[in-house]
Order: sequence, then C-alpha cells, then structure tokens
Amino acid sequence: MSEALTFHFDVDGADFTSAGQASVQVKKNLRLLGISPDIIRRVSIAMYEGEINMVIHAGGGEADVTVTEEEIVISLRDHGPGIKDIDQAMQEGFSTASDRIRTLGFGAGMGLPNMKRYTDHMEIRSELGKGTDITMRVNLK
Amino acid sequence: MKISTIQELLDAEVICCEEDLSRHVYSACGSDMMSDVLAYVKDQAVLLTGLVNSQVVRTAEMMDMNCIVFVRSKMPTAEMVELAKESNIVIMATKKRMYEACGILYSNGLVGNRVKSV
Ligand SMILES: Nc1ncnc2c1ncn2[C@@H]1O[C@H](COP(=O)(O)OP(=O)(O)OP(=O)(O)O)[C@@H](O)[C@H]1O
Ligand SMILES: [Mg+2]
Repeated sequence: MSEALTFHFDVDGADFTSAGQASVQVKKNLRLLGISPDIIRRVSIAMYEGEINMVIHAGGGEADVTVTEEEIVISLRDHGPGIKDIDQAMQEGFSTASDRIRTLGFGAGMGLPNMKRYTDHMEIRSELGKGTDITMRVNLK
Repeated sequence: MKISTIQELLDAEVICCEEDLSRHVYSACGSDMMSDVLAYVKDQAVLLTGLVNSQVVRTAEMMDMNCIVFVRSKMPTAEMVELAKESNIVIMATKKRMYEACGILYSNGLVGNRVKSV
C-alpha cells in the first residue's frame, strides 16, 4: 500500500441505535487491508468512543480515517456545544451526560481517557458554541 | 472456560450462535456502562450486562468478545440478534442477577483480571 487511503463517514446525531456503524465499517476495512488485530482493536475502540461522543454530546458530525504506511489517523469533527474545560473532560469519571444517556449505558466519563489510552497521539481542539475537532493517531511502524 | 460451561453454570438460554458454544473464553467483564467495558482489553472475554440496546453488541464487537450474557432475564431485540450473528457473538440470557452470575463464573475459575496492557 503506497498511497494513503481515506474513508469518510457522516455520523447521524439523531439515531442512537445506529451510532457506532462507522466504527464497525472501519474495523471491516482495516481487516481487508491486513492490519494486525491488536491495532484494529485499538483504532476501532478509539473511534467508537469518539463516534458515540459525537452522537450523545454534539448531535452528530463527520469522521475521516486515513491509512498510510506509517500510521492510521482518525479525525472527528462536530458542530456541537464544544468542551468547556478539556483537561477536566480528559479525567476518568468526568461526565456531563444526562440520566437518560446513563440509562443507555454511557456517561461513565471513560470515553476520552480510553481514546487517549488506545492511540499513540491525540489532539483535541474545541470552541464553545462552535464544535469539537479530535485527531487521533496510531503508529503502524 | 468453554462457552457451553457458562451456559450450564448460569442455567442460561442461548439466543443465537449456538454453533459457537464450544469456543473458549478466558476472562469476563460485568458492567452496564459500555465505556467501562471498553477500558480494559482482554482476550476472548465474555460480557455480562443488564443493559439492552444495540451498543452492547457493538461494544462486544469492538472488543473482539465472543459471548454476551444478559442477566435478570433481559432479552435482546431482533436487531441486536442480527448484529450478533454477523459477528459470531453468542448471546444468552440468564435469570440470575449480575452479582450472582459473576460470582458463579468467578468461583468456577473464570477470573476477571487477565488484563492485557496496550
Ligand atoms: N464531541 C463532544 N462535544 C461536546 N462535549 C463533549 C464531546 N466529547 C466529550 N464531551 C464532553 O466531555 C465529557 C467527557 O467525555 P467522555 O467521553 O470521557 O465521557 P462520557 O461520554 O460522558 O461518558 P462515557 O464515554 O464513559 O460513556 C462529556 O461528558 C462531555 O461533557
Ligand atoms: Mg464518551
């Protein structure tokens, strides 16, 4: 694989049941590319957490996954409310999720820490009232 | 532990992927919060949960888990069963509650702490 491959997804913010479909598709695509199972698992868990966050906190967004020889880059963009204090949001256990979200199995405050743990590099840019951009990188070499 | 042993120990009803009951699991995780499940990767693990929605199956799929046990007689929806079949994930349902179900599996040798570092 000499050229970069990019997969693009629109993440529907209105449908909790279908949330995660993009991550499932990425997992399939990476399998077809012959990426090792450990790397696939790390990429797909990180992306899944990010995808769920876009649905439950930001009303949906877009995701791009780029695969090169060196790395896999996951970028997530939404036009949701933004994150007030990124350092606080990164702490395990911090969550602003409503009781309704909790009854759906999310809101433990573990998603962003998981995304950081499973990737080699993570950058969050967020502006209140504008939205959130997250880029995660997983090294292949 | 074989998945069929889990079924016997928990007196569980198998909902799908019966043909995979002879597969083995080596650890387990019991939670209703999916990001807690996603926090610790274990190889070939079973997920015990009282939460019933499609994200349970997707979480198991992301983790490469091959068995989900619903506790307290919770039943998956048809859509969840379809998702599980696509990924060869055995689904079963037990009448036992979470604490008891986990305790039974643990005391029969299925430990929870085979955490793999990433
Ligand atoms: N895309 C986003 N837009 C706006 N706020 C976000 C976004 N992602 C995360 N947040 C904020 O950061 C907090 C922490 O996110 P994190 O994913 O760690 O936990 P959670 O989503 O609340 O719960 P969990 O991921 O464990 O189900 C969220 O509760 C929310 O306030
Ligand atoms: Mg989250």
